[in-house]
Amino acid sequence: MSTPVQLTTRKDWVSDQEVRWCPGCGDYSILAAVQMLMPELNVNREDTVFVSGIGCAARFPYYMNTYGVHTIHGRAPAIATGLAVSRPDLHVVVISGDGDALSIGGNHLIHALRRNVNITILLFNNRIYGLTKGQYSPTSERGKVTKSTPAGSLEAPFDPVSVALGAEATFVARTHDMDRAHMQETIRRAWAHEGAALVEIYQNCNVFNDGAFTDITSRTSRDDMLIDLHHGEPIRFGAQKQFGVFRHLDGSVYTDTITLDNEASMVVHDESAPDPSGAFALSRLTRSDHEPTPVGVFRNVQRPEYGDLLNGQIVDSQERDGLGDLAALFRGNGSWTVSA
Amino acid sequence: MTQPPSPLSSVVLRFAGDSGDGMQLTGERFTTESAVFGNDLATLPDFPAEIRAPAGTLGGVSAFQVQISDHDITSAGDTPDVLIAMNPAGLRANVAQLERGATIIVNVDAFDERALAKAGYLENPLADGSLSAFSVFEVPMTSLTTAASEEVGVKPRDAERSKNFFALGLVCWLYSRPIENITAWIDKRFAKNDLVRQANYRAFRAGYDFGETSEAFAVRYEIAPAPFAPGEYANITGNTALAWGLVAIAQRSNLPLFLGSYPITPASDILHELSKHKRFGVRTFQAEDEIAAAASAIGAAYAGSLAVTTTSGPGLDLKSEAIGLAVALELPMIIVDVQRGGPSTGLPTKVEQTDLLHALYGRHGESPVPVLAPATPGDCFDTAIEAARIAVKYRTPVIVLSDAYLANGTEPWPIPDPLSIDPIDPDFASGPNATDAEGNPAFWPYLRNPETLARPWAVPGVAGLEHRIGGLEKADKTGAVAYDGKNHEVMTHLRADKVAGVVADIPDVVVDDPSGAARLLVVTWGGTYGPVAAGVRRARARSVNVAHVHLRHLNPLPANLGEILSSYSTVISPELNLGQLASVLRSRYLVDVKTVSKVQGAPFRAAEIDAAIEEYR
Ligand code: SF4
Repeated sequence: MSTPVQLTTRKDWVSDQEVRWCPGCGDYSILAAVQMLMPELNVNREDTVFVSGIGCAARFPYYMNTYGVHTIHGRAPAIATGLAVSRPDLHVVVISGDGDALSIGGNHLIHALRRNVNITILLFNNRIYGLTKGQYSPTSERGKVTKSTPAGSLEAPFDPVSVALGAEATFVARTHDMDRAHMQETIRRAWAHEGAALVEIYQNCNVFNDGAFTDITSRTSRDDMLIDLHHGEPIRFGAQKQFGVFRHLDGSVYTDTITLDNEASMVVHDESAPDPSGAFALSRLTRSDHEPTPVGVFRNVQRPEYGDLLNGQIVDSQERDGLGDLAALFRGNGSWTVSA
Repeated sequence: MTQPPSPLSSVVLRFAGDSGDGMQLTGERFTTESAVFGNDLATLPDFPAEIRAPAGTLGGVSAFQVQISDHDITSAGDTPDVLIAMNPAGLRANVAQLERGATIIVNVDAFDERALAKAGYLENPLADGSLSAFSVFEVPMTSLTTAASEEVGVKPRDAERSKNFFALGLVCWLYSRPIENITAWIDKRFAKNDLVRQANYRAFRAGYDFGETSEAFAVRYEIAPAPFAPGEYANITGNTALAWGLVAIAQRSNLPLFLGSYPITPASDILHELSKHKRFGVRTFQAEDEIAAAASAIGAAYAGSLAVTTTSGPGLDLKSEAIGLAVALELPMIIVDVQRGGPSTGLPTKVEQTDLLHALYGRHGESPVPVLAPATPGDCFDTAIEAARIAVKYRTPVIVLSDAYLANGTEPWPIPDPLSIDPIDPDFASGPNATDAEGNPAFWPYLRNPETLARPWAVPGVAGLEHRIGGLEKADKTGAVAYDGKNHEVMTHLRADKVAGVVADIPDVVVDDPSGAARLLVVTWGGTYGPVAAGVRRARARSVNVAHVHLRHLNPLPANLGEILSSYSTVISPELNLGQLASVLRSRYLVDVKTVSKVQGAPFRAAEIDAAIEEYR
């Protein structure tokens, strides 16, 4: 609440629970990144709540020495909404996965983003159902062979960043489990955002979908395959920054080698553009995990936060009309008196 | 007409017309005037599921029934003594309910060929002798209304829309209602549109004067005030009473009230009502769906609010998983189900009591939840408060089963003194309650109060109480995730025992048996209380000895119920379902409870209950 922020170290944020993900799971590096980042966020443990749904990622709150609730499948954004609007003094983080956030909980996700509720959503995307032992997820690529799709998945996948931008989320970013510094920087910015922030984290499930992101996130391929977005700068990538992102006349974007001729027309990243179309185009740049993929902050704009608005109506009403009076309420619709 | 009005002890009126004819407004106004006049009363609105079904058809008929009396009554009456039919469909939809000798007042202007055909009449019932068992008054309401309001410059097409005020005026004259309040109300309600205000006022006066001058009606009646205990009263619907009960207990207990809800008939009015009360700090959240509505309430409960979600049957289906989570998290929460006809979309605007077993058992796993049901519209206020007390004291979700009849029906409600409502002490956890293996202070979220078995309510923001909870089974006391079977058994029993232990706060039920000699017991729960009590009185008026016991608490059941049930030779349970309470009582007490069932989307009639009593006595 209003208590001064205590200085903490990583250890203070680690709970006494034994971590139970499969050895080698990308979730470990995300957990470590968050636990190391927390002491830098100027927040007390008791003012921090991690809320999760169901799935491997959803075990996350048990490992954080904060307040935490492990809830039901897909509903974490809705539960977090009730919590965040009731307690604007808290930092509420939703931990979710691709199945949790985009399949069973898709409705809650888009509405929390649309309302701009003050929550930070970390969406661990491993493109598979892990906890139920390996069925395709709403982010699995078409044709994916899994236990439930022996002949290949028939479905077009969701891109979580595109979905969030479509819901006009005010903060949308992507990072990955192989780069702690990038994760921390991205989550730090999401944390600082007022309103709903969604961070998609590419996460390796080494048991059921190993190497899903290796082509783009491995140390050797990263330079050429990850397009790190920086606000206000031309979007370029590659070991020698020899590639750039350019815009077609129809607004869609593509990558190309930078030349003297095209250099001036490179897209300059504007995360604060009021219209989400530019960010959306960037989210559609690639449709696979084998081509250059943008990471970093796609969109970061200000819009009134839902809890502020909701609580503001209460304050306005109390200032205008005074605090509620039960006796007056009970008589409000008309009353009569029976005398003795 | 100078004759003094004839005294009458009670009358049942039914206003029926098109859903666009303003029948609910007319009925409500007549009711309010009668309430202020001092009559006891009960109302039964009856409207179609469609907002505007095709005009003039049977499906589009909207009706409002009210019984007013000079003595204490418990229902809106079985059959109307007077039917006010604004069009042929209104007549046709209701005439079968009338008994011989009933009065029918029709708007004769509306009985043209087209309207008759729309209502499915081949012949004009006003002319073919089919209404000969009734006293029929043909009043040209539309033309008299138009004539009256045209004087103030209203166009004829608009003028006609005031005809419900004509009907109201006529009925007010017929039952000798004072008219000052109504005219004042018209002034206030239509203050923004002077033309409409004048048109309605003129129509009302024209109706009243028509009664006075036309000599069509040989007598007018007077129903004296009923003997009410001294005090202040308001006429209140069940939905309003429920909303006010929640506001009151939250305010008195200094807990912020949170409502997560999704619009659904017939529960939406609770959302509407609570949305108005921002001055009381009430947070209302219209969620994206029923699931999110319940889930947001869980989040608010975790945050330290008095958290509520409101719905009707289909929404209760969707909330089941979230209610199960609240059972596992052991957080206080109130789920209000305003029951309507089911299954599926069923009869969205009509009453039924078919969600009892769902409320008791409709979740996977052993998932006990206290269940309460209000008896009357006014009782919704007290039931909401009691639900909050149980929820907070025992850290449990509580289901309140209201219904469409209570939700929209009204009765005079003695306004309580707010200070008479005892605050709830939320008893939030404030510090560590245990010691860990190293001897350091620790907080165990599932260390229970030995008396109530309630766990601590530890809201975020308190240093030293950081803890993790969830839907996974937890170790007894520490609350850590635990998959051990023995522990699961312990926890399952603890949750069951905790809810069973709520019985300590439930008063014994009191049998109503003035004779003391009854061998037949009628047992009721929820909104059937009033209509069944009226039936029981009717039987007693025939000198039949019959006892009545009414249950507000469905889980746990009152401690003395088993003894009561087994002390009568016959027990009958009238229910607006196929025998849900009977099945609970049979399995719990091994008593051969007989079901008296009705599922017609309407409350019991006193006559039906009287007949059942006759059958089983
Ligand atoms: S199944 Fe996959 S995602 Fe789940 S813990 Fe194991 S490696 Fe991680």
